[in-house]
Amino acid sequence: MANILVFAETRGAELRKVATEAVSVGRRLADASGGGEVHAMVAGPPGVAQKTDLLGRFGADVVIAVEHPALATFARESIAATIAARAKGVTYRAIVLGFSAQGRDLGPRLAAKLDAPIVSDIIDVEVAGDAFIVKHPAYANKVIVTLAVSGSPMILSVRPSAFDAVVAPRTARVDMMAPAIDPAASRVKVTQVIEGAKGRPDLADAPVIVAGGRGLKAPENFKLVEDLADAFGNAAVGATRAVTDEGWRPHADQIGQTGRQVSPQLYVAVGISGAIQHLAGMRTSKTIVAINKDKEAPIFKVADYGIVGDVLEVVPVLTQAVREAKQGH
Amino acid sequence: MKIAVCIKRTPDSETRFRINSAGSAIDESGVKFDMDDFASYAVEVALQMKEKAGSGEVVVIAVGPDSVQETLRKAMSMGADRAVQLKADAIPFDGLAVAKALAAELKSGGFDLALFGKHAFDTSEAVVGTATAELLDIACVTAASKLEIANGKGSARRELEGAAEMVEFSLPAVVTIDEGIARPRYPSLKGIMAAKKKPLESKPAQLGASRVTVKGMALPPDRPAGRIVGEGTAAVAELVRLLQTEAKVL
Repeated sequence: MANILVFAETRGAELRKVATEAVSVGRRLADASGGGEVHAMVAGPPGVAQKTDLLGRFGADVVIAVEHPALATFARESIAATIAARAKGVTYRAIVLGFSAQGRDLGPRLAAKLDAPIVSDIIDVEVAGDAFIVKHPAYANKVIVTLAVSGSPMILSVRPSAFDAVVAPRTARVDMMAPAIDPAASRVKVTQVIEGAKGRPDLADAPVIVAGGRGLKAPENFKLVEDLADAFGNAAVGATRAVTDEGWRPHADQIGQTGRQVSPQLYVAVGISGAIQHLAGMRTSKTIVAINKDKEAPIFKVADYGIVGDVLEVVPVLTQAVREAKQGH
Repeated sequence: MKIAVCIKRTPDSETRFRINSAGSAIDESGVKFDMDDFASYAVEVALQMKEKAGSGEVVVIAVGPDSVQETLRKAMSMGADRAVQLKADAIPFDGLAVAKALAAELKSGGFDLALFGKHAFDTSEAVVGTATAELLDIACVTAASKLEIANGKGSARRELEGAAEMVEFSLPAVVTIDEGIARPRYPSLKGIMAAKKKPLESKPAQLGASRVTVKGMALPPDRPAGRIVGEGTAAVAELVRLLQTEAKVL
């Protein structure tokens, strides 16, 4: 029997999608290790303890609520110290977090603090006796590495959207915990948070991503991508490296080997030829649609559905058709 | 200011990989290796800082077998002052084990700043830089897309999902470098000649015990062949129908 600790991350006072996915992974690992408990830590401003129900719904037995006004922004040093303090007091087989900006920051800190082995960005995990066997995409998603991890606790960060959030209802009891170190005191102080595009989900969370490439020809034509994303209603907007290098879009929007790696339900590639570096960032999307005037473009080799045509003509028509289809529902 | 840049030698990112017959590692025959992309941004950032300050030292450090010396020389041909190889036959897949070796080296170096790529192309783990900072118990900023050091303090912009943070931090610090911050320069002929004379120290890496072991490697399954729905605006109706009825995503 082994308990699993999950860090259920929030943005503002809201749980992120990867938090419920991580709790589901924790539930599965606890069950597979002989039926331990899942302890889900949630840290945020006062009131965050109310996330109990949602975490219980996906299998948390205990919600460890860490409330402090200064946790309204991501206080990395304090949260890492608090997770580590908890893991020193309770024996956990594994600590599970999301492979998100927060998880990328916390995971290695925890590994160092607890002298714990860590594998980041996992897409699969199984319990095999004393070890866990995990799958991790490496070489920019071009190779899947199978790794055996031993040692307790081990730190595992899960790739967003790689695991389903599975409903496994529990009535989670709440365990309030004070931050282990003052979240307002840090060697790294956040002086400003610059919010991204309002009203759009993030690339990691969005079920639909519409991404644009150089085939759009000019920065002002990127509006076609925005309009199509708006028509879907729940879509994020991405771009190729060529586009971000040209300054048409911020670097943070770049999907590819050196940018974001995404796995939405639907990926619409607009005017993207499909350079190998771009494919590395999006080939795990469930359904891929490509619109490109060059029928030999490599993007068509990975696309489920392709339209050969000028994006400046095709995309506005597609936008209208998607809008109508959405209204028809 | 004394800046350390921890770099890695990785396969060329355009490589189409094959897996060896044992299924245990990539087949390295014919694969070109070079400085990792993010590491090269980090070297460029360090060089620009030194140039701006008009003084200081840039030291490049790499863990690995003797082949990493070529990568360290390249960094010196770009302008780094000296290099340290932390010699190891192979680099473990365990990021904490590698961080222990780097932290042991950095601890004695008296550095104001240690730069890393935000992750390395090969292991794609994003662990080593941050774990090293934690082992050294110093400030750490991950995935910086802008970085300035002035009056003994640092400021940076770091990208989050769908947002960004501006941060200020104390030195010494570890900063991991993201896309978009700088374009790495090409070594000049003069730089290449000069690099041959710059000091490259080699000593054993004090790696921690590796508790993460590679059991196998495989190529991801190919996507099933897609289909061209049609050409031009005439194909839109059929595409929407397929997205509704077949892919069920609309």
